Amino acid sequence: MEPSYDNSIDAHGLVRKFKKGPLAVDGLDLHVDPGEIYGFLGPNGAGKSTTVHMLTTLLPPTAGTARVAGYDVVHEGPKVRKAIGAALQEAALDPFLTGREHMRLQTTMHGITGEERRRRSDELLARVGLTEAADRKVKGYSGGMKRRLDLALALVHGPRVLFLDEPTTGLDIQSRTALWEEVGRLAKREGVTVFLTTQYLEEADVLADRVGIIDHGRIVAEGTPEQLKAEIACSTVEAVPSDPAQRGAMAAVLERFGEPTTGFGPSSVAVQLTSTNGNLAEIVRALDAESVGVSQLQIHEPTLDDVFLAKTGRHLEGAGDDKGAQAERATA
Amino acid sequence: MSAVTLPQIATLGRRAVIRTARQPANVVFPLIFPMLLLAVNAGGLKAATNLPGFPTDSFLAFALAVPFVQGALLATINANVELARDIQTGFLNRLALTPVRGLVLLVGQLGGLLTIALVQAVFYLAVGLAFGVRLASGVGGAAMVLLLETVIALGFAALGSWAALRTGSTEAVQGLFPVFFVFLFLSSMNMPRNLIQADWFRWVATVNPVSYLIEAVRSLVIEGWNWETIGLGFAAAGGLSIVGFALATQALWRRLERT
Repeated sequence: MEPSYDNSIDAHGLVRKFKKGPLAVDGLDLHVDPGEIYGFLGPNGAGKSTTVHMLTTLLPPTAGTARVAGYDVVHEGPKVRKAIGAALQEAALDPFLTGREHMRLQTTMHGITGEERRRRSDELLARVGLTEAADRKVKGYSGGMKRRLDLALALVHGPRVLFLDEPTTGLDIQSRTALWEEVGRLAKREGVTVFLTTQYLEEADVLADRVGIIDHGRIVAEGTPEQLKAEIACSTVEAVPSDPAQRGAMAAVLERFGEPTTGFGPSSVAVQLTSTNGNLAEIVRALDAESVGVSQLQIHEPTLDDVFLAKTGRHLEGAGDDKGAQAERATA
Repeated sequence: MSAVTLPQIATLGRRAVIRTARQPANVVFPLIFPMLLLAVNAGGLKAATNLPGFPTDSFLAFALAVPFVQGALLATINANVELARDIQTGFLNRLALTPVRGLVLLVGQLGGLLTIALVQAVFYLAVGLAFGVRLASGVGGAAMVLLLETVIALGFAALGSWAALRTGSTEAVQGLFPVFFVFLFLSSMNMPRNLIQADWFRWVATVNPVSYLIEAVRSLVIEGWNWETIGLGFAAAGGLSIVGFALATQALWRRLERT
């Protein structure tokens, strides 16, 4: 059979049912183009990791088909494994080995030995900024260093498709940003297709060319972050009354402009504006007309969490931070 | 065997050895504990050598075979606890995501464990020689003891790997330790089988394969080249190895669901 040079991912009707367990993935269809960064966004237990395990051949699907890098994940497992790299949810590293020893182990498992092994190890350790720490035991590494080593290990054999399962969970913002830069570089400069699962809205927003939102094992929305947010097309207004006793009166005014929404501060009143119904000036005038004092007023642009909320009726976990980051503040 | 298989096995074995060597408790305990038990038994049970028909007048020489089996057990427990931890942490998945064959993963793990068991065996032998034990089978006998130790360690290691792969639980593997030790104490470790007075104990020791492992090593130390005893020892160790390896291979197959 001819070797495949296709870097895409294709899945049709992918299902995984665990014994005595729920339907973890329920008829999933997706396509990821070569060189694309696909963000797979969903809360804990949505089916993200199970999907990754099936696409990386670690778990056979109960039903459906999937091709990764041109190979069938069920019938051509070894070929898929040669073509892909993966950094799974936990940075599974041996605390008693050094970074360099991990590289040696991983390269050898991929059949790379001798001078080539040393060259690739040194190059990748340098690329992820671990040259100085390469001969230290991993148990002394920080979370960010472990993730960077994990990424280097996933790249030792020059994979064409890279799976990253929540690669930045638990990392500080600096480490997260550094990893995003490296992943972006891999896709844009080297044409590596990246399938990235995440719970972080900001990560999907910043990094992904396209986003698939998964809930209860099904994709509930898919598109570029801009397309998805445009579907919602309405902002959220959050206001805090100067006098807490006026909270009810403030809610009554704001509800003229949209639907009440949750997920904000305990003293806030928030509504999601219905289409183009109202702007900040109108809202301020209406509050003023009812003599409701305002200590703070903010407009939040639509986020992927709003998309998730619109599609599932629930917020994504950890959405508050991202909302805060994207808020446009206006103090009345 | 392909050109990449041997380096893969060697690298996996090397990892098992490095990981053990960097955990002092996993090095010191298997070396010291059997030696302490040997010292206690050699001192406390010395009078047993006065029994008519006891095969030697040195209880130290008689009991020296026991650390070889204990050491193999301890090395097995430690290494397979690490294997179970690999499953829990996802390290096994990391390896499963490479093109390496499942059997290579198992052979590499067992290879590392055998290396550790062999180093321990050399230590036990050296301690025995230092305290005046002379092998009746000579230098060749020492080599045979090490070879036998390799097969014994393989048997225990394969059974331990089966438990680790089957359960994926460090606690389950640690739970094997007392089970193995019951087999050890219900063997001919402290008394030749023909001198065990209690019928039930003699019967249990006779059906217990651990007796044959100890007796084979013991015969090389105190008796010389008794091929029947040596053969039975190899047969018992080989049997354990075959059964253990078959079970471990099946458990690995189930554990690695990869396509």
